[in-house]
Amino acid sequence: MMLKLGVPSKGRLMEKTFDWFGARGVTMARTGNEREYSGAVDGIAGVELVLLSAGEIPRELSSGRIHLGVTGSDLVRDKLADWPAQVVDWAPMGFGHADLVIAVPAAWIDVDTLDDLDAAAAAFRAAHGHRLRIATKYHRLVREFLTAHGVADYALVDSQGATEGTVKNLTAEAIADITSTGETLRANHLKMLADGLIHASQATLFAARAADWSPANLAALAALAKRLGLPVPSLSPPVSG
Amino acid sequence: MIPKATIRAEAERLHAAFVAAGAVPVEADILLPAETLLDLYGEDIRARAYITADPLNGEMMLRPDFTVPVVQAHMAHGADPARYAYMGEVFRRQEHLDGRAREYMQVGYEVFDRDAPAADAEVFSLFSGLLAGLGLRPATGDIGILMAAVRGLSTADRRKAALLRHVWRPQRFKALLDRFAGRAPVPAAQAALLQRLAADAPAALVAAAGPLVGLRSAEDIAARAEALLQDAKAPPIAAPEAALLYDLLSLEAPAGAALAHLRGIAPMLPAILPAVDAFAARLAALAARGIDVAALPFEASHGRTTLEYYDGFVFSFHGPAGLPPVASGGRYDALTAVLGAGRSIPAVGGIIRPGLVARLRGA
Repeated sequence: MMLKLGVPSKGRLMEKTFDWFGARGVTMARTGNEREYSGAVDGIAGVELVLLSAGEIPRELSSGRIHLGVTGSDLVRDKLADWPAQVVDWAPMGFGHADLVIAVPAAWIDVDTLDDLDAAAAAFRAAHGHRLRIATKYHRLVREFLTAHGVADYALVDSQGATEGTVKNLTAEAIADITSTGETLRANHLKMLADGLIHASQATLFAARAADWSPANLAALAALAKRLGLPVPSLSPPVSG
Repeated sequence: MIPKATIRAEAERLHAAFVAAGAVPVEADILLPAETLLDLYGEDIRARAYITADPLNGEMMLRPDFTVPVVQAHMAHGADPARYAYMGEVFRRQEHLDGRAREYMQVGYEVFDRDAPAADAEVFSLFSGLLAGLGLRPATGDIGILMAAVRGLSTADRRKAALLRHVWRPQRFKALLDRFAGRAPVPAAQAALLQRLAADAPAALVAAAGPLVGLRSAEDIAARAEALLQDAKAPPIAAPEAALLYDLLSLEAPAGAALAHLRGIAPMLPAILPAVDAFAARLAALAARGIDVAALPFEASHGRTTLEYYDGFVFSFHGPAGLPPVASGGRYDALTAVLGAGRSIPAVGGIIRPGLVARLRGA
């Protein structure tokens, strides 16, 4: 079996990934017609390109069906429980930057920080009879962040898209979503909390601990590491605490 | 691995002992409506319980503990007083592969009785007797004393409410107390916020900040802005009073000595007197049941976990390091009010993990 490298199958993320590897002497290209999801790697023997939706790459890494994968660090942290036990974040790639932030209506003049959000949530619950709702698709990351910062009396509501609109539509009071410039937040009359940065995400090359690391695949990994100018990642699971 | 049959046999032995002590056996569903538990515990429970979707009934939760269904059943049609025993699996979602159990047996005993000190002592001494010979270390505490101390502070009600709301989150509680006591400086972000709030009437500031979207109303915002400005003017909690609370948070001593210490500070913090009297009555009831209260460990902060329902006596029994508590329990008077639709009854209870008992017996 070849060493399988999963990369995003379309859009800017795919192009930037190809550029990143290309700049390091590993040429990637899609093969077949432009609708066919297959690809090839030149410059390194024993490596097979697998084109996947960026959102599915964490799951494929977790199961070990791919050995390496490129996806957003936010997706790995949100979709994989105890992610350091499952994958190695081998190399941050310097593109695909997006911040996962908590945002509230700009007119909430009394809320700038998580402490304010917590106090506002308590008062909101007392006045409105339900917890303050935060719309997001990043459930694990947001919940862990709010728990760590002692915010209570909130509820997460799922929003898979157009999350900034949920507040105006009265399905949430606040949101947690990714933003790069803050433009969409402002257009929807929202503002970030000063200490509401949950994770600064970027495209990252991950290695799967659960993949089949045969001698041939380890050799391909070492060759790839040398070409990319990276240390060979340690794939044994970390000692859990 | 201890065979499941061995664990079940141990569970049945414990359950029989609870029944012999006067408890009525009760059963609880495994699939519980998620809403009640979510409302009670908040979003944190999602990380600790398995939630599944029923196509017609919405979100359901695999029973994470028995207390809530047992209290609900009691509040709906229970006798007064009442004692219950139960046994069965509970399910705990884990976010780490560190060997913690996803499902395990619990055997429990719950007492709904208005004579609180006697009921506390009854539950603790029953557990202590059943677990004797396993070399366990007991730990006890009393969240009621801490809550009484907070209620007795000479500061604004809003500050007391904020502290009480975070009693079960020790770090957050400490941060709030540091701020209210003037031990931590006002954070820069809050200072800037206060300056802006002072500049104009809240309604004008809200209007200037852009169109208001969402359910949280201009009145909600104005009310909190006003509260913030008032709080900024309020003097810090007086140093001697704050010192007493810090002292209480770190109080760790054998129960007898802890009582003497609390009696010593009660004249300076008279609001804790009823709670200290209740503590004394409990110790007397424990002593009457043969517990050596002079040696019984006591920590005022014991039991302040995120399961927000213990509000009085709390206890646990610990085995070798690395093993979860073999047994734990406590008093949850407020929970019966929350689930009782207007009615409430003092309640105390606890659970034993028969799997851990069997493991220690086998070792």
